[in-house]
Amino acid sequence: MSLAFLLIAFLTVATAAVAMALRNLVRSALLLGASWAGVAAFYLWAGAEFLAFAQVLVYVGAISMVVLFAVLLTRPSRDEGAVSPASAGRLLPALIAGGSVLGVLVGAIVGSPLRTAAKPPLAFTVRELGLQLMGPHAASLVVVGALLTVALLGAVVIAAPGRPGDREDPR
Amino acid sequence: MSAHPANALPLLERLPVALRDACTSWLPESWRWLANSLLSIVAIFVVFATLFALLTLAERKILGRVQNRPGPNRAPLPFLGIRTYGLAQPLADGIKMLTKEDIVPRGADRVLHFLAPVALLAFSILTFAVIPYGRALLPVELDAAVLYFFAAGAATELAIFMAGWASRNKYSLLAAMRALAQLISYELPLLLSIVPVVLVAGSLSTSEIVEQQGTWLFGVFPQWHVFTPWGFAGFLIFFVAALAESNRSPFDLPEAESELIAGHLTEYSGFKYALFFMAEYFGMCALSGMGVTLFLGGWQAPIPALAFIPSYGWFAAKLLALLFVFMWIRATFPRLRIDQLTRLAWKFLVPLALVNLFTAAFWVLSSGWAGPLAFARWLVAGTLVLGPFLVLGRRLSAGLGPRTYRYA
Repeated sequence: MSLAFLLIAFLTVATAAVAMALRNLVRSALLLGASWAGVAAFYLWAGAEFLAFAQVLVYVGAISMVVLFAVLLTRPSRDEGAVSPASAGRLLPALIAGGSVLGVLVGAIVGSPLRTAAKPPLAFTVRELGLQLMGPHAASLVVVGALLTVALLGAVVIAAPGRPGDREDPR
Repeated sequence: MSAHPANALPLLERLPVALRDACTSWLPESWRWLANSLLSIVAIFVVFATLFALLTLAERKILGRVQNRPGPNRAPLPFLGIRTYGLAQPLADGIKMLTKEDIVPRGADRVLHFLAPVALLAFSILTFAVIPYGRALLPVELDAAVLYFFAAGAATELAIFMAGWASRNKYSLLAAMRALAQLISYELPLLLSIVPVVLVAGSLSTSEIVEQQGTWLFGVFPQWHVFTPWGFAGFLIFFVAALAESNRSPFDLPEAESELIAGHLTEYSGFKYALFFMAEYFGMCALSGMGVTLFLGGWQAPIPALAFIPSYGWFAAKLLALLFVFMWIRATFPRLRIDQLTRLAWKFLVPLALVNLFTAAFWVLSSGWAGPLAFARWLVAGTLVLGPFLVLGRRLSAGLGPRTYRYA
């Protein structure tokens, strides 16, 4: 546990916690971006250069954009960006959903064998990483790609306006 | 800057590194790397800040020349009173920006309003770290340098969004939305256009990509990537996407003066306003530098006989040429509408960039073809580039022209 690790962990968790607590969605989204950058800093600290840059490019660069875009498009007025606390009736589903995700994650972390013995650090070059991804792990890469494409198509279908014959949403 | 076996290079070539080493040689060994890095940062910042000042003047002069007017020519040199083609204009602008009042709107989000220009500038400076300015001048040698460059650059539009949203101004908010749409649209062709380079070079390291472009065909023609069919198409796509990424005309929709007053800049004044401009020019320089590195041979000389000119001189010449094209385009093309902007990205640039990936793959697979087959190689690759361009170009402009002006 070095000082740098503690600092990065604190910043990542603190920004995420504040992002959750804030009632202003745009500020939350921006803080979430900062939290993702903290995760990237952690990868960098662990020596996974490629992963860190990919994290910044994808999460800080693209996903936070999409989140902000969604927030602005769904809440046209700036003041509606601040959501009031949800009713108590929604507390139970929220707790169940959050708790199950937490359970799965903790189970995965506890269940996976973590080697803590002193090993020489793996210095992967980008070339080796690419060969690994395209060789032994090509199948999983293709599956992830297909999954993301399906998700993208689903998003387009949901977002696309209905056929010209359809009645407009009375709002 | 990186420790190459620099002693074999000619004196002019290793002069900047030698100067830096002379400055830090008195320090103990353990501190020297830190001092060296700091000196590199200072050098990059001073060079590009000076370039920024001169570029603002150059842009105004070039725009003036194109529009048949003199441009700024009144600012005299301080205490001398000599007017030298407006050369002191950047100085006057700088003093004006520093002494202007800094206004923050009452309804603004003060923290984000302050943070936006700072973040924008910080991210755009980060991108300078991995560009090889010369044979021995690479600030940070990274294995995944190209990825680093685009990761650092991706966060700049986030800062523009912050500026637009924090200002609490409807024009600024519209600009923020436009900036987001523009980023999401143009990030894709920008990244797809550089994938062929990575594919052919087999490396994400900028220094290696430049080294590989350092040979000459028949001893005369440089083997830069732009002189191959896929490289030519890739460079054009990269350049268009770079224009959009750096918010330059004709893609300057976030600040479109005629529609949005000044977009995300509306509520900024004084030095924060200047910081935005600095970041815009820095982004322009960084993207041009990356374009030079990936497609135009980096610091390589165009013909072997001219290799005696130091490599950073060639890099600077290519960089300035590209920057001139940026300004030339600004003076020539009218601004796009937002629907034209997104249509150009999704229906034209992205498909072309995807096809270009196949062209590059074909180019790699056919690298052994010789004699008449080399001719066939060029023919096939050329068709793969030109065919989709013509087909998509026709579909893009179908039903849109020619326009008839009835009341004009």
